[in-house]
Amino acid sequence: MIDRVLQLIITGILAGGIYGLLAMGLSLQYGVCRVLNITHGEFVMLAGVLTYTISTSLGINPLVAAAITGPLMFVLGFLLHITLFRGLKTRTPSPAVFEGSALLVAFGVMYVILYLGKIGWGGLPMPIYYLNKTLHFAGMTFFLNQIIAFAIAVAIGVGIYVFLSRSRLGRAIRATAEDPATAGLMGVNVNLILAFSFGLGAFLAGIAGPLSAMISPPKTSMGFSNTVIALIVVVLGGLGSVPGSFIAGIIIGIVSFLVIGLWEPVLTVPVYYAILMILLLVRPAGLLGKK
Amino acid sequence: MPILEGQDVTKYFGGLTAVSHVDFYVNQGEIVGLIGPNGAGKTTLFNLISAALSISAGEIRFKEQKLNGLKPHQICKKGVSRTFQETKVFGNMSVLQNVLVGAFFGSPNRVSGADAAREATQAVDFVGLSAMSATPIQDLTLVNQKRVEVARALATRPELLLLDELMAGLNSTEVSEAMELVTRIRDTGITIFMVEHVMKAIMGICERIMVLHHGEKIAEGTPREIAANKKVIEIYLGEETYAGS
Amino acid sequence: MDITRFISTHKKSLLVAFLVLLLIFLTTFPLYGGVYHVRVLIAVLTFVILAASWAMFSGSTGYMSLAPAAFFGLGIYTMCVLEKELPFLIIIVIGGLVAFAFALLVGLVTLRLKGMYFAIFTFGLVVFMSELINYLEVALTGTHGWHITPLGNTTIFYTMLILAVVTVLAIYFIRRSRLGLAMNSIGGNEDAAEHMGINTTRVKVLTFAISSMFMGAAGVITAPILIYVNSSIAFSTYYSFMPILMAVFGGMAYLYGPIIGAVVFAYLERIVRNEFPDYFMIGFGIILVVVILFLPNGLVGLVPELRGKLGGVIAKLRKGGQAEPHANT
Repeated sequence: MIDRVLQLIITGILAGGIYGLLAMGLSLQYGVCRVLNITHGEFVMLAGVLTYTISTSLGINPLVAAAITGPLMFVLGFLLHITLFRGLKTRTPSPAVFEGSALLVAFGVMYVILYLGKIGWGGLPMPIYYLNKTLHFAGMTFFLNQIIAFAIAVAIGVGIYVFLSRSRLGRAIRATAEDPATAGLMGVNVNLILAFSFGLGAFLAGIAGPLSAMISPPKTSMGFSNTVIALIVVVLGGLGSVPGSFIAGIIIGIVSFLVIGLWEPVLTVPVYYAILMILLLVRPAGLLGKK
Repeated sequence: MPILEGQDVTKYFGGLTAVSHVDFYVNQGEIVGLIGPNGAGKTTLFNLISAALSISAGEIRFKEQKLNGLKPHQICKKGVSRTFQETKVFGNMSVLQNVLVGAFFGSPNRVSGADAAREATQAVDFVGLSAMSATPIQDLTLVNQKRVEVARALATRPELLLLDELMAGLNSTEVSEAMELVTRIRDTGITIFMVEHVMKAIMGICERIMVLHHGEKIAEGTPREIAANKKVIEIYLGEETYAGS
Repeated sequence: MDITRFISTHKKSLLVAFLVLLLIFLTTFPLYGGVYHVRVLIAVLTFVILAASWAMFSGSTGYMSLAPAAFFGLGIYTMCVLEKELPFLIIIVIGGLVAFAFALLVGLVTLRLKGMYFAIFTFGLVVFMSELINYLEVALTGTHGWHITPLGNTTIFYTMLILAVVTVLAIYFIRRSRLGLAMNSIGGNEDAAEHMGINTTRVKVLTFAISSMFMGAAGVITAPILIYVNSSIAFSTYYSFMPILMAVFGGMAYLYGPIIGAVVFAYLERIVRNEFPDYFMIGFGIILVVVILFLPNGLVGLVPELRGKLGGVIAKLRKGGQAEPHANT
């Protein structure tokens, strides 16, 4: 029993890497651009199903495919921002109205992407298992791809953290997130930074897609649940905190596998919501968020 | 008798101390000014009084009652009202409707429709905007939007009115008009506590002035005393503020 | 006789006459409408209720709820559970109250905080409900899904019509009341509203709960149409998306905006769903985005603009025509 629980916990930790990646992307998009991008999960889905198409037609593995889907999603996110959200910003009188309208725009885009996916790829899961080798350790079974996915996710997370804190571009992004008006006065091209940050968030979704696809078959209905997970991880970890996203991602990963393994898979979302409710009542800023 | 009193008022933002152990008082019927360079903590202090921000340490009392822990809407109903540095009018309504909000909800008791309408119309007249009562507030100039903010605050029947940089962005004539409005408000019995950068106004109508710098109170006194105060002169050195004493 | 002047002086009585005629038309419709059209009208009325209720809260306060489907589904399930125990009309009231209570809970947790948290919470709420109910119904009854005894089309039509009228009237009166003014000021500037004496949390929670009540009641009436219900049928994000699309398209700040949007899209949906399954959703998504960007006040918000332009056109025509335009006997 104990090693069963331990296996679930470790599998959850490994899954948490991807969740952290998801949350980071969303955190960037909301923290910098003030857009609660509920299409985030659909970007993951798109990257996932594209990975399937790319790997089956070109015969390349999902990890290499990520080098295509990542930048592709970046471009998509970038374009989406400069066409829709920048346009929206100029037409809305106040930040509060902008956030509300941006949410509705994202809601509309979500359905567009969702149904484009459905039409393009149908509703069935599309298996592309890669690096499926099982590893046995202390009586527990793991898959190589889970470990690789976790490692890649963490590596990217560290990379993003360093990028945001050390590089000039990273500082410009953080300044824009803090106070766009002042950043603009200090010479930052705010519009470009906003679009770039949004694209960067989408890039992370574009990586999360293939990583998740090599472990479990992508399907066009996976977007919504990915968005829900990303949202909850962002709130738990605290908006704007990269380490927060990963810690929270790991916690949610552990929780989800424990619920699936020991209780009922269908109760994962209700359990997330119970956590969310407690969080909102006690500490809405999240674990590492600023108060 | 102080209508408003603050003792050891302090506000921390993470590592930053925005307001540091400030003691202050405002007497009933006075017009008191609050000045200081940008970032001195003036608006933060107002935000602490109106409970837009929570106080880190110290106590604020209005008519001997502790304001700590109350919410803004409760403080309003007790008789403290304010205007805002960045004008916060209700952009989706007309002038009169903006002021009606204050009339309906600013009082601790239920106000009837007729009474609220009367209150609001009076307030709109008081600030001189009766001709634009029905105009959507988006169509008004900044000066007039500020007047609506004042009317709206007045409609809540305050005993203490906090004015946050009312004169910002106003030209010389408009400043004089605003000074006259503020004096008229005080003459109806309302105490005024005002943050200002426009020295002409501060020196012109305030009976007492408080000076904040880096969150601390560094001086307090009559306009003459403040104008002659060495510390104050130092921190304003290089700024064209007041024309002699 | 000068038509435009006649219309403007008798505006109020013309409006009332129009509404009375509309009501008479609707009440007598089942007699000559035919089954298909009655069913379409039931759908229209359902969406009128959902769209108008959504707009009542989200349109005025600016807090975007993505969860109408959750309350609607709750109503459907209330009917499932209580169908055999109580009379239909009582269940409708209970469905409304259950939705009200649930919305109260959601509101108390999320509406004390910034709008972002509310949006996040309501986004997944439909899935939350769907999965939780899925689990509970298997745990408590051993099976998935419920069979509901169908009620005649006319019964459902008239109950939905009455609920729609009640909803629209309630919203009309709320909008003109103190509560409506408070809601609008929160939408205008929440900080200022709070400082003018409004307990914004209380107003938000109450309004949210009231709006959800109508959605729940509509769900109860919908159940007998569906005949078979399970957790994914009852809780479908479609019933969050469509009311929002309708309200935004028609004009979410107005009373009759969502109504117009509901009529347009309920009919449109019927037509395009058969011709272009799945594709039509892409079209609707695009419409939502386009409307928010270019027509943020919706169709109804366009009227003042059009009236201005139309007035200009009429004036020009008059000048070009007669020398002296005036009404004669």
